[in-house]
Formats: sequence, C-alpha cells, structure tokens
Amino acid sequence: MTVIELVPYEDALAAYDPVMGLEVHVELGTKTKMFCGCSTGLGAEPNSQTCPTCLGMPGSLPVVNAIGVESAIKIGLALNCEIAEWCRFARKNYFYPDMPKNFQTSQYDEPIAYNGYLDVQLEDGEIFRVHIERAHMEEDTGKSTHVGGATGRIHGASHSLLDYNRAGIPLIEIVTKPIEGAGERAPEVAKAYVAELRELIKALGVSEARMEMGQMRCDVNLSLRPHGQEKFGTRSETKNVNSLRSVERAARFEIQRHAAVLGSGGTIIQETRHFHEEDGSTTAGRVKEEAEDYRYFPEPDLVPVAPPREWVEELRAGLPELPRVRRNRLREEWGISEHDMQSILNAGAIEPIVATIGAGAPADQARKWWMGELARHANETGRPLDELPITPEQVARVAALVASGDLNDKLARQVIEGVLAGEGDPDTVVEKRGLKVLSDDSALGAAVDEAIAANAAVADKIRAGKVAAAGALVGAVMKATRGQADAARVRELILERLAPAE
Amino acid sequence: MPGITREEVAHLARLARLELKAEELDHFAGQLDDIIGAVARVSEVAGQDVPPTSHPLPLTNVMRADEVRPSLTPEQALSGAPAQEQQRFKVPQILGED
Repeated sequence: MTVIELVPYEDALAAYDPVMGLEVHVELGTKTKMFCGCSTGLGAEPNSQTCPTCLGMPGSLPVVNAIGVESAIKIGLALNCEIAEWCRFARKNYFYPDMPKNFQTSQYDEPIAYNGYLDVQLEDGEIFRVHIERAHMEEDTGKSTHVGGATGRIHGASHSLLDYNRAGIPLIEIVTKPIEGAGERAPEVAKAYVAELRELIKALGVSEARMEMGQMRCDVNLSLRPHGQEKFGTRSETKNVNSLRSVERAARFEIQRHAAVLGSGGTIIQETRHFHEEDGSTTAGRVKEEAEDYRYFPEPDLVPVAPPREWVEELRAGLPELPRVRRNRLREEWGISEHDMQSILNAGAIEPIVATIGAGAPADQARKWWMGELARHANETGRPLDELPITPEQVARVAALVASGDLNDKLARQVIEGVLAGEGDPDTVVEKRGLKVLSDDSALGAAVDEAIAANAAVADKIRAGKVAAAGALVGAVMKATRGQADAARVRELILERLAPAE
Repeated sequence: MPGITREEVAHLARLARLELKAEELDHFAGQLDDIIGAVARVSEVAGQDVPPTSHPLPLTNVMRADEVRPSLTPEQALSGAPAQEQQRFKVPQILGED
C-alpha cells in the first residue's frame, strides 16, 4: 500500500472545488423481505430466514412487498420528489456470491421517486439545499464471512461463507444530484445531509435507520476540479461509510488525497475505496465497473408498479411534520438557541426531552437532566440516550420531586443514579436510599448552630451585615448533612440567628 | 445490423468470469452476431406504435401484504449446496476484489 502525502485541507480547497454525490442505502423496517415472506428479524441463526425465492431457486416467483413500495413512496414524498406513475424493477447482473441469484433486483432507469431535494441545516444555522436525483427500491445482499485470511478481508482468504438471511431485505437507495458550491464546507454538508436524512427516515417510521447496525449506509462520491472549471473531475466512490463522523472524515480525506494526486501531476482513477474507521483514511478497492457491465434489463418476473394517484396523495397527506420544521418549532417553544438545539440533536436527546415534557416536566428541567446528568452517563457507558435504563416518565418524576422541594439537585442526581443502577423507580430509590431534603427546623437547627460555632469569623461578618458571607455557612451545613438539607431554609435559619443587632 | 466484435465477446467473457481461447472468441462473435441479428428482426415488424414489452400480462401493482411466511429450515436451504460450513454456504476464494 502506497502512503500518500496528503495536501493540507486549506491548500486543497485553495486549488480545487469539490463536487460530491452521496448514495445512501436505507434498510426498511418491514416485517418481511422485499420479494418474499421471509422474516427480516435480526439475530436469527444463519440461513434460517430464506426460501426458494430469496435463494434464487428455479421456478420461484417474487412478489413485491406492499409496505416496501409504500415506504419508498413516503420517502420520495418527504424528499419532495415526483412519484413515478409507472415504473419497473430491473435485474442488476454481477458475479459475486452475496446474491444467490447472481443478480440484485433493483430499479434502473425507472426509479419510483425522482427530482427532489432536502434542505439541511449546518452548524451555524445556514440552510443548504441538497438536490435529490432519485430514490429507488432494491434488496439487500447476504452476509459474507471470509475465512483463512489474517484480517477477515477477502484478500488472503481461502474461501468465504454466506448467510443469506439478509439477502432480499428491502432497501431504498437515495442518490443526490452532484452537490456543488459547498466549497470548504463540503464534508460538513455531507454529514449534515446524512444526519437530516436519518432524522427524516426515523420520523417517517419506515426504518430505525441505525447506522451502527448497518440499517443506513452511505457511499461518498467525490471529485475535485480546478476553480472556474465547469467539467467535473474523475470521482472516487468511498463505500460503506457508516457513521456521521465517518462521512465527514471520508469526504475530507478524499479532498486531501485527490488534491495530492492531482497536484503532483497524477490522475484520479475511477474506483471504489474502503474507509478505515481507525485513522479516517481510504484505500483502493476495485476499479468501478461501468453501468453497462451490469447488463441491466427489466425484471420479467415482476409486473410494473403504477401507484394510483389517490394512494400517493393519501400518503402525502399523512406525512409527519418534517424533522427540521419540527426542530425549529420546538426550539421556539423551548426558547433556546440554534446552537443548543444542534447539541440536543447531536446528543439524540430530542425524543427523550419531548417525551419527558409530555410526562409533565417543564421544558428547562427536561433539557437539563437529559443534556446533563443523563448525557454524561450515556457518554460514559457508550450507549445512546434512548437506551438508558430510565424512562422519560421517571425523569419527569424526578423533576416533580425537585419542584415540590422533596429533593434538591444534588439528591436528584443520586436518585437518577439509583434508577440507572436498577434500584427501581424514583420514589423507590428515594425511600430505599433515604433521600429527603431536611427542612425540619429542629434537625437543621443543630447543624446550623454547629456551623456557626465552627466558623466564628464568618459568623461575625454576617452579624456585621455582610449577608453574602452566608454562602460559606450554607456550604458547611450542606456538607455536614451530605447534601440533604434544604439550602434555602438553611440560609434563612443562618440569617435569623446572625441578624445584626438593631 | 449489429456487429458483435471480438473485443465485445472478450469483455462479456470477462464479466461472466469465463476463460475463452482466441479461436473461441471468433467463433462466439459469429454466433452471437447471428443470434442478435435474428432477434433484431422483431423490430422490423414492431412499429413505433408497439411499446416494448417486459411482461406478457397487462398487470400492474401485484403486491403482497407484509406478513411473515414460514421459511425453509437451514438444513433444507443448504441441502443443495455443493459445500457448507458453519451452517453457511461455502464458496471458493473470491478473486478480483480487495
């Protein structure tokens, strides 16, 4: 493997203009495969979810999954696409054992949705419109395991093993038009686009779109051209970039690599490239076959799909509020900045916060707990927020206990800690751990008197009218009561006792 | 009339992972040319008013409900496989890929 001396990012952008094309595959959340009734359930034992159709046996007949078509139309509509009045499937022929049929059933020149756009919001709030070429229906491939090589890759393997459970699961491939004019923000636009698309897919309810589980995968096409040149340069296609951060890194790396190759008088080869999570680099894969090499032809076993207009309009009318629109609405309702909203989105906290507010918590409290204590816990345990063992209702209960004065923030954090540790719901944790704010004057009075006695100098200051010094004594009492005292009441008691002589 | 060249046959053979000898390339080029020529005669009778057909029946929107149906057992699925390992189809080394 040749090591390339990358061109610094700024220098690459000074010399060249990047053009990107993004292809995103979304695995639909249907119960069954695209062309047969086999389950799509995860975690089944190898080759236990196959049938003559998805194994490509002679004489088997595929039949389209209605929900697969419906999901494709919903995605197309949400991306502002036109929906084909009539379209067909096509066979994409290739020799590779991940499809037992020796072809993938896809769509070629007649995609179900085409000519749309998605507006994406960048970190600073700027809106960038990404134009959509098409969204088409196809099927996923089987899973290969390469045996005998040192690295588990094809290279060096003696043979490969195939599990066809995944073969035939519905995929929607969404292809952008060339993304021009993003300049130095190209990697950011790529990331924002994939992020927005993921939110959209989730909002539509057609897939969970979990990138870490391969339910959404991105290929990044990138080319450079000298500034002022109309014609696109030769592109590379970095395959299977499977996290938002990786999308950004892959685009950035390819800009720097292309600039290095072009700048030293070399030419970019049109090829697929592999992305490496460890260092964000890409390496050469195969030289890309031309489209005609796939010898596409209309699938003779499937009849055309001609979605009736009434159906399309019905689906359009049923579309949910689009994520960006919803985020802006929530942002205004919550009275927070673009930047804060972006952080909440990045943390995956929108749904938990909305649900917590729905369970009765004030918006600022819901945000505080999810973006504070719980976000930190999620980070530490490497789990998404919505998979933490605490429900929005429980967070709302904690907020209610704080509002009623039963808990202060410090105790509330302990309650949350207890819930996360599996000790039960908030009230149970409060009871079991004995977490109650001490506001009983007789109990607090002793602690206050002790604090005054131990801090005579401070007490004198307060007696002399320096009320601000009371904080130190409140702190001492809180410490003595291990955070369980009602700080406001403690302050009152201190000021009562140390009132300046009239 | 289309003329299938030797180079086109060589390209197709490569895509199909077939190894053809030089004389076979010439042989098949001639044969494929004949076949394509014969099929092309369809366009002599199909006028502009006849749309290309990909399916013999004038049907659209044949769809099924998204309901799970029983699959084959792994044993049944693998019963025709020339080789298997770890309940998976075993295939020879894959070449021409990284």
